[in-house]
Amino acid sequence: MRVKHFESLMHGLCSSYIKPGVRNKGGTAIIRPCVIFMTQGFFYKEKEMENTKLEELKKLASDCIREAQDTNALNDIRVKFLGKKGEITSLLKSMKDLSPEEKPKFGQMVNAIRQEVEEELQKHMTELQEKAKEARMAAETIDVTLPAKKMAYGHAHPNTRALEEVEKIFVGMGYEVVEGPEVELDQYNFEKLNIPAGHPARDEQDTFYINENILLRTQTSSVQARVMEQGKLPIRMICPGRVFRSDAVDATHSPSFHQIEGLVIDKHVTFADLKGTLDTFAKELFGPETKTKLRPHHFPFTEPSAEVDVSCFKCGGKGCRFCKGEGWIEILGCGMVHPHVLEMCGIDPNEYQGFAFGVGLERIALLKYEIDDMRLLYENDTRFLNQF
Amino acid sequence: MNTSMNWIKEYVPDLDCTPKEWTDAVTLTGTKVETCSILNKNLDKIVTGQIKSMEKHPDSDHLWICQVDVGQAEPVQIVTGAQNQKVGDVVPVVLDGGKVAGGHDGGELPEDGVVIKAGKLRGIESYGMMCSIEELGSSREFYPEAPEDGLYIFPEGTQVGQDAPALLGFNDAIHEYEITSNRVDCYSVIGIAREGAATFKKAFHMPKEEKSGNNEDINDYLSVEVIDTDLCPRYTARMVKNIKIAPSPKWMQIRLASAGIRPINNIVDITNYVMLEYGQPMHSYDYDKIRGHKIIVKRAADGDVFETLDQQERKLDHTILTICDAEGAIGLAGIMGGQNSKITDDVKTMVFEAATFDGTNIRLSARKVGDRTDASAYFEKGLDPNLAESAINRACALIEELQAGEVVGGMIDVYPVKREPSVVVCKASDINSLIGFNLTAEEMKEYLERIELSTEIGADGDTLTVTAPTFRQDIHRMCDVAEEITRFYGYANVPTTLPGGSDVAGRLAPDLAVNERVRHYAQALGYSQAFMYSFESPKVYDKLLFPEDAAEKQQIRISNPLGEDFSVMRTSSLNGMLTALSTNYNRRNKSAKLYEMANVYIPKALPLTELPDERMTLTLGFIGEGDFFTMKGDVEDILNQLGILGRFKYDAEGCAKPFLHPGRRANIIYDGKVIGFLGEIHPTVLENYSIGDKAYVAVLDMPEVYPLVNDDTKYTPLAKFPSVTRDFSMLVPLDVTAGQIEDVLIQRTGKLCENVELFDVYVGAQVLAGYKSMAYKVTLRAQDHTLTDDEINGVVKKILNGLERMGVSLRS
Repeated sequence: MRVKHFESLMHGLCSSYIKPGVRNKGGTAIIRPCVIFMTQGFFYKEKEMENTKLEELKKLASDCIREAQDTNALNDIRVKFLGKKGEITSLLKSMKDLSPEEKPKFGQMVNAIRQEVEEELQKHMTELQEKAKEARMAAETIDVTLPAKKMAYGHAHPNTRALEEVEKIFVGMGYEVVEGPEVELDQYNFEKLNIPAGHPARDEQDTFYINENILLRTQTSSVQARVMEQGKLPIRMICPGRVFRSDAVDATHSPSFHQIEGLVIDKHVTFADLKGTLDTFAKELFGPETKTKLRPHHFPFTEPSAEVDVSCFKCGGKGCRFCKGEGWIEILGCGMVHPHVLEMCGIDPNEYQGFAFGVGLERIALLKYEIDDMRLLYENDTRFLNQF
Repeated sequence: MNTSMNWIKEYVPDLDCTPKEWTDAVTLTGTKVETCSILNKNLDKIVTGQIKSMEKHPDSDHLWICQVDVGQAEPVQIVTGAQNQKVGDVVPVVLDGGKVAGGHDGGELPEDGVVIKAGKLRGIESYGMMCSIEELGSSREFYPEAPEDGLYIFPEGTQVGQDAPALLGFNDAIHEYEITSNRVDCYSVIGIAREGAATFKKAFHMPKEEKSGNNEDINDYLSVEVIDTDLCPRYTARMVKNIKIAPSPKWMQIRLASAGIRPINNIVDITNYVMLEYGQPMHSYDYDKIRGHKIIVKRAADGDVFETLDQQERKLDHTILTICDAEGAIGLAGIMGGQNSKITDDVKTMVFEAATFDGTNIRLSARKVGDRTDASAYFEKGLDPNLAESAINRACALIEELQAGEVVGGMIDVYPVKREPSVVVCKASDINSLIGFNLTAEEMKEYLERIELSTEIGADGDTLTVTAPTFRQDIHRMCDVAEEITRFYGYANVPTTLPGGSDVAGRLAPDLAVNERVRHYAQALGYSQAFMYSFESPKVYDKLLFPEDAAEKQQIRISNPLGEDFSVMRTSSLNGMLTALSTNYNRRNKSAKLYEMANVYIPKALPLTELPDERMTLTLGFIGEGDFFTMKGDVEDILNQLGILGRFKYDAEGCAKPFLHPGRRANIIYDGKVIGFLGEIHPTVLENYSIGDKAYVAVLDMPEVYPLVNDDTKYTPLAKFPSVTRDFSMLVPLDVTAGQIEDVLIQRTGKLCENVELFDVYVGAQVLAGYKSMAYKVTLRAQDHTLTDDEINGVVKKILNGLERMGVSLRS
């Protein structure tokens, strides 16, 4: 940028000025003609005049600043007054002709004005910048109700979502989560669980057989014996996994479903501990108001055994359609590990005892997410899966 | 097992509880009530009434106007359309404002019954309704004396104004129980009554077993020989002569009806009654049809054929126990009698059989002959041999009581090894430490003796000697005794504590933790989790274009599958994924991104001699947006997240998966090992699965991935010295792959290689035929100094040399 020209007038006025804010083709600012002091010589004439003149110079600068419409114009003004060859700078240069006594005084005066102009310019500059920013933001206003742009996250299967909840609860209580084979030996699925050949429980479970000794496990309890046999005591584990029973597919049955087995073996584990563990589990899973009820039951590999109901988390136990008016919902089976099972796995029942429990994973998922048809779990329709 | 409350009260007369209280209480002591139906729930204001007069309705040809005496001062006028009544008959009458259970058509009963109000029938006032058995909620099946169509008519002489439903046994509640397999004794009214009495702390009385029979001796009429005593631990027989077949009395019919058994005649009804009461099935033979008057219990011979009393021919073998006479079989032990010895209405003399058979054998035999009868359902649970004698004596006492015949004195009893009560010696302190409560030996004794487990406390005050009667076949050890105590102490009263002791940090087993991470990464990449069956049809391997000799066709076969579609354990996860993608495609779900984390089952040898290799498999699949390289990126992202970094190699030639597009498939190789594969689905396979879009899959064999997982992250200092990039725009023969070029760029750059990036590929008119144009940006950097021109030029020269050898030249 350059300032076009000044006409020097000995009496101190210049008439050529370029209007700020209007640009010529070359991109330089056009400075409007304006009254301006010329600086050389007049100090010699009348000292009292000096202040007035300086004031006028300052006023001129102020007027220019005030009239400036954008930051470019202001920058031009800065150059014109405060730049190396600017009006005020030039005044300082003219000081060399002054007497040594006058120099500091004059210098001070000029510097004061310089500072005032500088401040005023800066202030206006800030104002203009703010205004420009506001204008820009106004132009950038968007319709915030337009659709969100999302990462299309995938979803966990409801079984997995329920499983992870269950795992978290038991891991928090110090359980290790392990797995065992799905194609299993008869001895682990039945024999070592106190279900010898010919036991009626074998019929109840509608087993898929591969051959006489190998079958598709009907229960994750099969992992109990495997873990106990390893002989690392104490044991505190849960074992989630797929199990198989010969049930045709319908809204409440599937030939393949999932269970979570729990096993705790230690020297002083009691039935009361089992009760407390399941109570804690139910409260964590279904909410702190949940109550548990143990009913005596029979499983060949536990004694005493129980089935566990939880108070209906839908109606709180008053009875509703969801719990079929019972107020309670059956969720799992459990009991103290049968001493004969311990013996068959090489654990001395006089020294160790423990408890085991088994939960149906689908049962929990269906209950928690109020899914009314088990077939949905294996259809893999994304409209279903994406709800979890 | 359905049992009437009224029947139970016969053995527990002091029982005073509502059906609901009973349901809740016995459930909590272990006899779980499944359902409770109150028979007179919807029967209200129904009394016996006698028809005093009948006249034809003036405006109808079928309606009758009756005056009915219901025991009130004035008779009630009722208009009826029924035709079977006559003046003097006593019938059930529902009065104005009362309720009946259903309509006279015997259709499904409405939940809240039917309210009957006074009203006009064709202009004539009617103040109630006379009822059929169907309107009372039952049927002719259980009340055979009721007419086929019309009012139920009480026996002559029935007093008017009585509670009519009560007379018919409807003032009762029927409970249905879930009995566990260890409590065979509870498959009987007596067994449940005993449990109920203990639950409510009331006295329990067994039915009286009165001595029955005349002065004769059965042994003069009949002999019994048991050859296979292993399958028949006890066989008892008694005889009845001069039989008078007749209907059984109403009280017995009502009892049978309450259990859902249709009354037939006195002999059959007594047998059924005792079966329900004691849980001991019995059979009766026509004595005159027993050839040689000798009964022999023995295994059948292979190939024998026998006609059972339902006129079915049954094929037998040596595992099936039969009841024979001197010439051949007359019954299948514990399952069904024979047509040849069946009781008919002209029977004169009969033999009652009450025996104990091996439960497992009966179960298997019943399955073999294809008929699980009421009797076999009892026997297969393994009955107490001491029950047989009680039951047969009870039946004979009932024969006498009902005057159905003359019981012959004496009983034949083949019982070589007598079943003795089981004695358990244990310590009260051990029971306390098993359960976690603190009961005294005396308290324990009280709970045990409520259910007839006689208990002696030893001198130490701790030792319990518990004797379990033989009907309790489930009491063998301390824990069994502990359960009995806890049941009646109340599971609800056991304290609630948490296990103490070892503080182990919980965790997922390492592989499971990896699976969980992979699931989360796949989800972050937009894949939703699918669940597939582990078994499928062998035919799907044809759909996937596997050749006959493919290893994948070596599947484990289920010997008793639900059907062909569920008959082999999958060796590939592809069918599941493609089926799921197809489901989504055909349901017009625009795109679907799915993953599955589950096993495939690879047999080590067939037929299976040891457990198969269960290989955890991650399968990714999508239809819709994306291509081969999208899938490739997703796989690499997942592996990178597991700390598996560096370069994966993709081998197209080595990937022979027939279900993949032959030009768009590759094995994924890391560290020289194949860890999976990916590709586009073969167009024929897409057709086979009715997918009208391209589909991409990737499969990772997780056992190969687990050892590569690396969480040992170490920081690399941020580069202090500047990098230099060089672009190489080249003319590449069409058969040279990007992978080969990258190999050269990386190897030749050596330690200085920071990044190699392809930024342009072009095949087409502007490029020399047989070539493609490729442009790479190579970034070089040294960790310890600024690269010199000489170094850079050296590297570039090496690269160019390498490229030249592959026929690659720089574009001018």
